[in-house]
Amino acid sequence: MGIEQKLGNMGVVTTTLENVVTWSRTNAMWPMLFGLACCAIEMMAAQASDYDMSRFGMELMRASPRQSDLMIVAGRCSKKMGPVLRLLYDQMPEPKWVIAMGDCASCGGVFNNYAIFQGVDEVVPVDVYVAGCPPRPEALIHGVMTLYEKVKAQKVTAPATA
Amino acid sequence: MDKKLEPIVKDLQDKFNITYEEHRGEAHCFVKPEQIIEVLTLLRDKHTFALLSALTAVDYYPQNNPRFHVIYQLTSLEKIAFLQLRVPVNGENPKLPTGTGVYHTCNWRERELMDMFGIQFEGHPDPRRILMPEGTEGHPLRKDFPLGYEEPQFTFNFEEINIRKPYAKE
Repeated sequence: MGIEQKLGNMGVVTTTLENVVTWSRTNAMWPMLFGLACCAIEMMAAQASDYDMSRFGMELMRASPRQSDLMIVAGRCSKKMGPVLRLLYDQMPEPKWVIAMGDCASCGGVFNNYAIFQGVDEVVPVDVYVAGCPPRPEALIHGVMTLYEKVKAQKVTAPATA
Repeated sequence: MDKKLEPIVKDLQDKFNITYEEHRGEAHCFVKPEQIIEVLTLLRDKHTFALLSALTAVDYYPQNNPRFHVIYQLTSLEKIAFLQLRVPVNGENPKLPTGTGVYHTCNWRERELMDMFGIQFEGHPDPRRILMPEGTEGHPLRKDFPLGYEEPQFTFNFEEINIRKPYAKE
């Protein structure tokens, strides 16, 4: 981190609390698996060795909402899935964030019909929308980086999901 | 007509006065709604149609009398014969007697028809929706059901749709 130069002989470094907190939040953000459709394949690719999301502190995709900070909703969400999605979101500990991955999760995509939510923002509050059908792994990683910028701008005292 | 089906259709015609039609080599028998249970029982017990392979419906909107055709697709594994029964149903308060007493398969299939077409089956043991969540209004596979759930959002109508679009609360 280049922190050694600043340390000198004192063994102490001064910074703001916000810097430390947001640094720890963004560098160990564990996403929850929420693959609903074909976008999940790209999400897996983003996780796998070629694109390797663990470079950004996302080593683990958690299957449990209790252990995750970030929900990546990958795919179209049907009306019957809505209550499940909301329940899992409510079970995640604060602070928590949501990425709507792909057109279907963002706005319903091509599925403008009676069975599909026209955007998961009707069910859970979304922080970042990633466009594409499906988005490439680079696009998802860019979405995650955008979310990091948002998290870094948040104050520690303010509600985490503003 | 398939030779195996000839005596069966003749039997049905003698007993129930059904109309027979053929479409691309498929046997279609038009049955009156009040006779359907007897016809199904006869076909199952006497003519070895042990399998109800499909139970579905067609909506002929805007035609109202009959508006729906309820289709029973029967298979005889013994004779390797296929027979389609079509029951015309009116658009006003569509109703049929339940076939769960004859084929157990009817249970979920009839629930699907109730859910998707709004065709009621009298005497059904469990008349709930099967596919759509509870509280859904309307029947999605009817032709007069609106196709799009929401008007597409473009730059010119973004504000207008944004106002009435529901958003989740924190």
